[in-house]
Amino acid sequence: MGATVTEKKEMIATRVAYGKTLAELGKENLNIVVLDADLSGSTQTKFFAKEFPDRFFNMGIAEQNMIGVAAGLASTGKIPFASSFAMFATGRAWEIVRNSVCHNMFNVKICATHAGLTVGEDGGSHQIIEDIAIMRTIPNMTVIVPADATEAKLATRAIAEYFGPVYMRLGRSNVPVLFDEKDYEFKIGKAHVIKPGIDVSIFAYGVMVSRALWAQEILKSEGISAEVVNVSTIKPLDKNTILSSIKKTGCAVTCEEHNIHGGLGDAIGALMSEENPAPLKRIAIQDQFGQSGKADELLIHYGLTKENIALAAKEAIKKKMK
Amino acid sequence: MPLSDEKLNELKLVCKDLRKSILKMAHAANSGHPGGSLSATEILTVLYFAIMKYDPHNPNWHERDRLVISKGHATPLVYSILAKAGYYKGDDLLTFRRLGSPYQGHIDRLKAPGIEASTGSLGHGSSLAVGMALGSRLDKLNNRVYLLNSDGELQEGSTWEAIMSASHYRLGNLTAIVDRNRIQLDGWTEETMTLEPINKKYEAFGWHVQEIDGHDMNQIYNAILKTHEIGIKEHKPCVIIAHTVKGKGVSFMEDEVKWHGVAPNDEELAKALAEVEKE
Ligand SMILES: Cc1ncc(C[n+]2csc(CCOP(=O)(O)OP(=O)(O)O)c2C)c(N)n1
Repeated sequence: MGATVTEKKEMIATRVAYGKTLAELGKENLNIVVLDADLSGSTQTKFFAKEFPDRFFNMGIAEQNMIGVAAGLASTGKIPFASSFAMFATGRAWEIVRNSVCHNMFNVKICATHAGLTVGEDGGSHQIIEDIAIMRTIPNMTVIVPADATEAKLATRAIAEYFGPVYMRLGRSNVPVLFDEKDYEFKIGKAHVIKPGIDVSIFAYGVMVSRALWAQEILKSEGISAEVVNVSTIKPLDKNTILSSIKKTGCAVTCEEHNIHGGLGDAIGALMSEENPAPLKRIAIQDQFGQSGKADELLIHYGLTKENIALAAKEAIKKKMK
Repeated sequence: MPLSDEKLNELKLVCKDLRKSILKMAHAANSGHPGGSLSATEILTVLYFAIMKYDPHNPNWHERDRLVISKGHATPLVYSILAKAGYYKGDDLLTFRRLGSPYQGHIDRLKAPGIEASTGSLGHGSSLAVGMALGSRLDKLNNRVYLLNSDGELQEGSTWEAIMSASHYRLGNLTAIVDRNRIQLDGWTEETMTLEPINKKYEAFGWHVQEIDGHDMNQIYNAILKTHEIGIKEHKPCVIIAHTVKGKGVSFMEDEVKWHGVAPNDEELAKALAEVEKE
């Protein structure tokens, strides 16, 4: 079992896969409890709520309390999944996540939806582009971003099995289904080479994985062989897979729907400087807030495109040759 | 003292225009928040056109009254009323929620004039208003700070931290109005997370409390004037719990959870506009 990319035309939001899997898990594991903060329709915890009303707690518009209560539930042996928009579950509740959840090593799963620019029309106040940075900096925290519905489903199951705090970032918008459950294996902490290549390594997560794959095709048509790696666990980082890819290709591009500061680009950049210095280009939001617009338009407006990834790849290759 | 008949009629026409604009904006954007815009229409109309001192040509006039809209999703209403108040022409309101538009999904003070503070994340506005009230007092200004809260955001702990601090600092220059439409996003407030008794909670936190019909503009007007009086006399922050109907003015939107954050389609828009027109 590896990580084959299957070309499917289907588009499903990762939050939808999460919501459905959570409802399945509810049947299998009676310790699973779910909390939401007045967004169960949006986060898709509504499916679990409907089937298991006794194990579902709507905390109202009170994200800090939701995370604190989740920590308390975890202390009694429950496995709480707490959902809201990523802005509020991570940003609003940060210090509760840090002290009540992580410092206590309580088994809370923060599964937050509507992350990044692809929230769309709600605009800058709702488009969190800092969540990866603020979550990955907390000790004990695991950070996961599924690239598609298949990975979201498998990751939801995996984190239910794993003991410890997890932040899982999910999206609002529909994204292409890239993987087939039958030949995709999700393991926490494992990055997957989903297209092998020799000239440049492209590391991506979330919605940017499909863009990285499209960029790989552009590069291929120009005679450049790019390796695409899906880094769906941002923390702990799969150093082996990442470093062996860079050792092979000699340069890297990171792609993320996140601010340029504190995300995967910084994580891989630091790893490379310590272990295997090589040229790196980072595709990310250039330290600006988002705004209202359609999800796809926004990705283009902020430069998160296959064309820019391909361009960055060529620049990285050029630097390597100097 | 009631509003004159003439004034009241003028305000009613304003509300009618605002409701039409709210519906058209949500329709054009195919998203947005009509329900909580329609419920607060009379409240903001009275504030902007019968109470507040402001200068649309000089939005940063230091002595202006300040209004913090803590329910920052009520953008169709806020952007429509700012146009009516003369901050901008508003002939481009239908670009609402599109890329590059000044009219963002949640109010953004850096993109359109007349907005005191960008909000959208619930439970921020009350603290901002307390800060503005303290600042106004330090500057010995004769102005007032108004605060529009949703009922749902009274579930946020941050809101109560602000409420506690307002009475501690004896902010008689602060008037809060709660749009008590009883509906939040997932459902009725009392089913999602009990808020009642709201009046006793505010009282226990040291506030002066009034309860009114939030669609009766005379009641709104008089209640606000009363807060000015109490504020000066008792140095207490004042809250008006305005009982409203979410989706007010459009029969099929009224008291319907669904219309919190859904836009009307062509047919629904036509029906809704006809109803508002007939009112
Ligand atoms: C901190 C925070 N949590 C969640 C949301 C998502 N959200 C937007 S509106 C809303 C509820 C709306 O109900 P209410 O606050 O009562 O407003 P109104 O009914 O007046 O529109 C929610 C949960 C948010 N904007 N901010």
